[in-house]
This record gives sequence, structure tokens and C-alpha cells, in this order.
Amino acid sequence: MSGIEDVLRAGPAEATGRDRLDETVTEQADHEGLVDVAWTEEDTPIGHIVLAATEKGLVTISYRDADATLAVLAAKVSPRVLELPRRLDAARHQLDEYFAGERTEFDLPLDLALSAGFRRKVLRHLGRVPYGEVVTYKDLAVKAGSPAASRAVGTTMATNPIPIVLPCHRVIRTGGDLGGYGGGLDAKRALLALEGGASPLF
Amino acid sequence: MSLPPFSSLLEAHGSDVHRFLVASAGPHDGADCYQETVLAALRAYPRLSHGQNLRGWLFTIAHRKVVDAARVRQREPVPVAAPPERSVVDPQHDGVVWEAVRRLPAGQRTAVLQRFLFDRPYREIAEIVGCSEGAARQRVHDGLERLRQEVER
Repeated sequence: MSGIEDVLRAGPAEATGRDRLDETVTEQADHEGLVDVAWTEEDTPIGHIVLAATEKGLVTISYRDADATLAVLAAKVSPRVLELPRRLDAARHQLDEYFAGERTEFDLPLDLALSAGFRRKVLRHLGRVPYGEVVTYKDLAVKAGSPAASRAVGTTMATNPIPIVLPCHRVIRTGGDLGGYGGGLDAKRALLALEGGASPLF
Repeated sequence: MSLPPFSSLLEAHGSDVHRFLVASAGPHDGADCYQETVLAALRAYPRLSHGQNLRGWLFTIAHRKVVDAARVRQREPVPVAAPPERSVVDPQHDGVVWEAVRRLPAGQRTAVLQRFLFDRPYREIAEIVGCSEGAARQRVHDGLERLRQEVER
């Protein structure tokens, strides 16, 4: 008599192949416009990153783990977050070129949904700091039209949703101190070194 | 309370939903139902008012998709299904059990699967099937009884 219950508890043996099923259904969902945030993960020379994009463009590059990153996206952008590497292909390709020293500028649509107000304005200016150069928090505050707002600029860098592409690693303290970096100071040093010894003080 | 990323939901419950649907409808129809379930859940997800019991919510959708698929199949002029081959029935044979499971009335089938495949409480089964807790208990009992009759006959 217990035979039936045992079979039920063990489950159907044919329930295989869900990974491929998930890929198919995610593609279908994308086709129907149901994927508001597409994400993937990538290993880079400076560490593991999570990338995510909306239909408007790249919305984040994160040094934090996927769970933490996706939770922020779900709360602030949309809970319809799905793993869909294809939508990050261009970003990954350009990052590969950048890390290989073959690219000095990114040509990607960006979505600044994770940033607002003054911070968004500062990020726009940050995007114009050229490859291989460094500016100070103060310089950036002046460019954003608020010379006294160095500290707010510092906070903006610390919360930069799209590091590397929006090059907060090129922003240092007056006097040459490196300041901080979300991916760790080693990552900041490595990026500056990659861009051509732009950190002569260290 | 905000909703978790849909990715996490799939990671946490996708495998069980898939197992449930394959158990309910077989590997082929189960795969179709799985895709229908995920798409329907995605469509409705942003409109959910809270993130409580998302597992139950997913299974409610999955249960309905099995019912819908069966209804569609009934309307189609398919050749009459071959009667189960009683002569080769072997109570030890898993396939016979699963075939019998797939012939159960939907409410009984879902109740039995939630109870034995996933060890879920009657309160949650009631929510998924859309009945009272007492009725859920009855469906598990009746479903199991019917399985015994079919398989051990």
C-alpha cells in the first residue's frame, strides 16, 4: 500500500531539462516585452561583476554579488528581472576590449534609473572625463556647477551605478590620495594602470 | 514590502513547479504548461500587491494551466485515448502510478502532489486548489484512494 506514496514522494523521473526550458521561456518573455531588467555575470581582470540592462540601456555594473544587486534592481527599477546574457552582449564585448587595452571609450546606451537629481548630473559630467586622465572630486563638483559639493560628488562616486563605463576610478582626492572605490582600491589602481600610468603619485 | 527579483523566484521554485507540472501532465505537456506558467506569472508579477507566499501563488497559476491544457485537449477531436493496459499493471512500476496520477480530477491530483511530492501543509494546498482546508484534506484522501484502486486493481 505504501508503494504509491513512495513513488509520489520520489517524483517523476522525466522532470529533466529545465535549464533549457528556462532559456526558451526567457527568450519568449523577452519577445513579449516582459523582461524589464536583463542580467548576467562576468569575470574581469579586476574581479567578478554583475551587469544589467533595461530596454533603455545598461543600468548597472556591480561589484556586489548577484542577490544584492538584483534586489536593488527589483526594488528600484522593476521586479521583472531575468537572466538574459544576450542583452548584455554589446556591453560585455566592449568591456573585454577595454580590459585588453583596445578600447578607450564606451559606446553604449545607458539608463541612469538608479541615480537621480544632482547625482545624475554629476554622473553625466563624469562620463566626459577622458581615458587615461584623472580629475579630483572638487574638479567634478565645479564642472557640475556646485563647487562646494565635493562631498556630495564623493557620495555620487561611491554610489555610481555603472562603474568602469562611467569612470569613477578616474576621480581622486585633491593632493593625489586615491580616495575610495566600490570595487576596492586594488581595482581602482589596476584600472588607472591599465589606462596608462595615470597615477604617478602611487 | 517589495517583490523579490523574478530570477530569484524561478531559482527558488522553478524546479518544483516543473516537477509538479511533469507529474501532472507528463513531460511534453508539462514542459508546455511550465512555459505558460512562467509567462503568466511574469505578466501578472508587477501588479502583485505583496510578496507573501509567492510559492503558493506560482502553484496556483501552474494548477490552472494544467486545467486549461486538459480542457483544450478535450475539445480537440483527438483519437480516443487507449485504455490503460490493466493486464501489465505492476504496482511497483512507477509509470503506472504516474499515469494514474494524470487521470485524477485536477483538484485531487494537485492536492495529492502538493502533499506527497512537496510535503506541503493542507492550508497551503487549500489556497492553491481554491478550497477550504477540510476540502483539501478530503481531496488528498480521495485522490490517494483512487490511485490505490487504479494501480492495485
